Amino acid sequence: MKTLLTTSALCVAMPLAAMAADKPETLKIGMTTFLTGPASVFGVPARDAMDIFVENLNAEGGINGVPIEVTYIDEGAGAEALTSEYRRVAQTEGAEVMLASISSGNCQTLAPLAEDLKVPNLMWDCGTQRIFEEQSYDYVFRPQGNATSEMLAAVAYLLKTHPDFETIAVVNQDYAWGRDSWDIFHTALEAMKPGVKVVGEFFPKFGAPDFSTEISRLQALRPDVVLSTSWGGDLDTFVQQAFQRGLMNTSTFVLPLAESSLERLGSSLPAGHIVGARGDHYFLHPERRDDADFKGFMEQYKDATGDIPVYSVFHASQAFAALKTAYEKAIADNGVDWPDEDQLLAALDGLEFQGLGRALHLREDHQGVESQLMGTSAQTGEYPFATLENIMIFDGEGLLPPVGEASIDWIKGLDASFADGLSVKTYEN
Amino acid sequence: MNLTIFLLALFDGISYAALVFIVALGLTLIFGVMRILNVAHGSLYAIGAYATVSLTGFFLALGFAPVFAFPLMLVSAVLVGVLLGGPIEWLLLRRIYDKPEVLQLLVTFAVFMILEDVQRLLWGTQPYFQASALQALGNVTVFGVTYTVYQLILLPLVAICLLFGLRFFLRHTVIGKLILATTEDREAAQSIGIDADRVFLFTFVVGAVLAGLGGALASPTTSILPGMGADMIVLSFAVVATAGLGQIEGAAVTALMIGLGRSFAVYVWPEVAVLVPYLIMVLVLLVRPEGLFGSPVARKI
Repeated sequence: MKTLLTTSALCVAMPLAAMAADKPETLKIGMTTFLTGPASVFGVPARDAMDIFVENLNAEGGINGVPIEVTYIDEGAGAEALTSEYRRVAQTEGAEVMLASISSGNCQTLAPLAEDLKVPNLMWDCGTQRIFEEQSYDYVFRPQGNATSEMLAAVAYLLKTHPDFETIAVVNQDYAWGRDSWDIFHTALEAMKPGVKVVGEFFPKFGAPDFSTEISRLQALRPDVVLSTSWGGDLDTFVQQAFQRGLMNTSTFVLPLAESSLERLGSSLPAGHIVGARGDHYFLHPERRDDADFKGFMEQYKDATGDIPVYSVFHASQAFAALKTAYEKAIADNGVDWPDEDQLLAALDGLEFQGLGRALHLREDHQGVESQLMGTSAQTGEYPFATLENIMIFDGEGLLPPVGEASIDWIKGLDASFADGLSVKTYEN
Repeated sequence: MNLTIFLLALFDGISYAALVFIVALGLTLIFGVMRILNVAHGSLYAIGAYATVSLTGFFLALGFAPVFAFPLMLVSAVLVGVLLGGPIEWLLLRRIYDKPEVLQLLVTFAVFMILEDVQRLLWGTQPYFQASALQALGNVTVFGVTYTVYQLILLPLVAICLLFGLRFFLRHTVIGKLILATTEDREAAQSIGIDADRVFLFTFVVGAVLAGLGGALASPTTSILPGMGADMIVLSFAVVATAGLGQIEGAAVTALMIGLGRSFAVYVWPEVAVLVPYLIMVLVLLVRPEGLFGSPVARKI
């Protein structure tokens, strides 16, 4: 009887075992990131962080004994070079999973390509909300939020902290992100606070070295709030010039990407302005800063680069966590040594994972649900740059449209009660 | 548009024009004398800015007063001119004066590309900001709008001094006259004993110093990051081409036109502000292909 049972068990297990893939010598992954160009302010820190994550995991023995090997592809080399490199790494080098990309334009190019090549792709940093709203994918997943959740968090924080403002002006970079983010922000404001007057809309060219004229104009207009979703050198220059000329004393700035410029801006970002982080990404994350893994990484990163990590590092940690968790889940669920592609994709569906921020999960449309951290700048003297106070962390769930709905249409249907209905936790600093 | 806004736009336009003019001045001087369009001018501009930021950061860390940033700008500009401009002329350009223009353009473009990567190698990709010089001068308030003294007063002053200084230098000093003679006819100048090679080397170094000075003066107002040189070379080329290649006073006028056009656009129709310099260039070149102040060149043969 006992033999019979064992034999039947074996027979049942056999086809399962046969379905598993052979355990590879290394798990090869490809990651696109900006190593050159203006966006390398995000790309280089993310690569440095990735090196640390991989090194740490490999030191522990990798995933089920398989070490990880990353090939980086430079997004700054242009779309043509990027797609051919992507193809090469995915096909010739045999990368099992790809992580792409930082630029929204590149995500829009690479998502269909990943689908064609049948390679699982984690969209680790790009912001555009259009990807899963306009198309559905089998191989593409996004272990992070998107522009909609980021902009709605900024609007909600602004409405909660400055309920009485009447006028707003915008100074965004003249490219897809600058235009799209203003579209979302503006639509949300119109729905939630219809009386607000937009007194100025400026879209200086990407990489503009001088905002003097815009700043003079803003000083004449005296808006209550100045919004800028700019980043990198553009944001640094704009804030520095606005600070030098006293504009930051008369208007409240809303800077949804300024977390990534805090250290560089130093004392030029005075207290009282709204700072966002494209998710719950902050080197002093109030819920995570005392956790051992968080503290350990912060020290390692500081040792390796000399800087504090910016949001792209957190995004990289989320993508890496999603990858690791998905493999481990697929291995455990199927009782195999190494999952095949279908098992991995099945594990990614609805996956729960945690990087350096709060835990996230993937929705059925593969969009990640990411909490959003917003705060107000403060110069406490503890660091030679601004840190955050009055921090709010919004649950990601309420900031995204239901699956299958387009963001802009959904936002148009919202009203003044939206900000109050959100689930949020507040921290003094 | 009321008078206040008109004046505000005027101030912004002038301070912007001043910076563009300083860079365009070096470009047009080199072209006027040597008939070479130096694309690497953009890199010299960027390196001037990087050098200023590094030097200023270094000396301020040693405890020097912020005012010390001003002489350091000059030092950086001269370093760029002598250490980079000199060797570029001496080792590269000297060999290609009699080669086709396309080749000359390609060579300076190659130098530009090399220097872009050198910047990345030396200074990395993160933006730098060093505004001590600007902060040292303080602010001034006009019609309720705060300007920095640096941008509103110092930059236009420097531009005017350079314009008249260079005019005086070319027309009333011996070296200036040698340069003009060589520009007029290189062979004739050599036959009366002018060392044309040295004149060219000197001119190129002066042009490079002006590029470096442009970068040094721009550095306190903006983030220093890779790619800043490419933007500047395009803009200053637009100025120089609109004025007519080699026209120094013309470059001042067109820089002013472009600066004012851009700042009025920001007040009246912000969407087209980016286009304005190039619209002006296209309109001028449609009517006068040789540029506003250029004269049609008679063929020698």
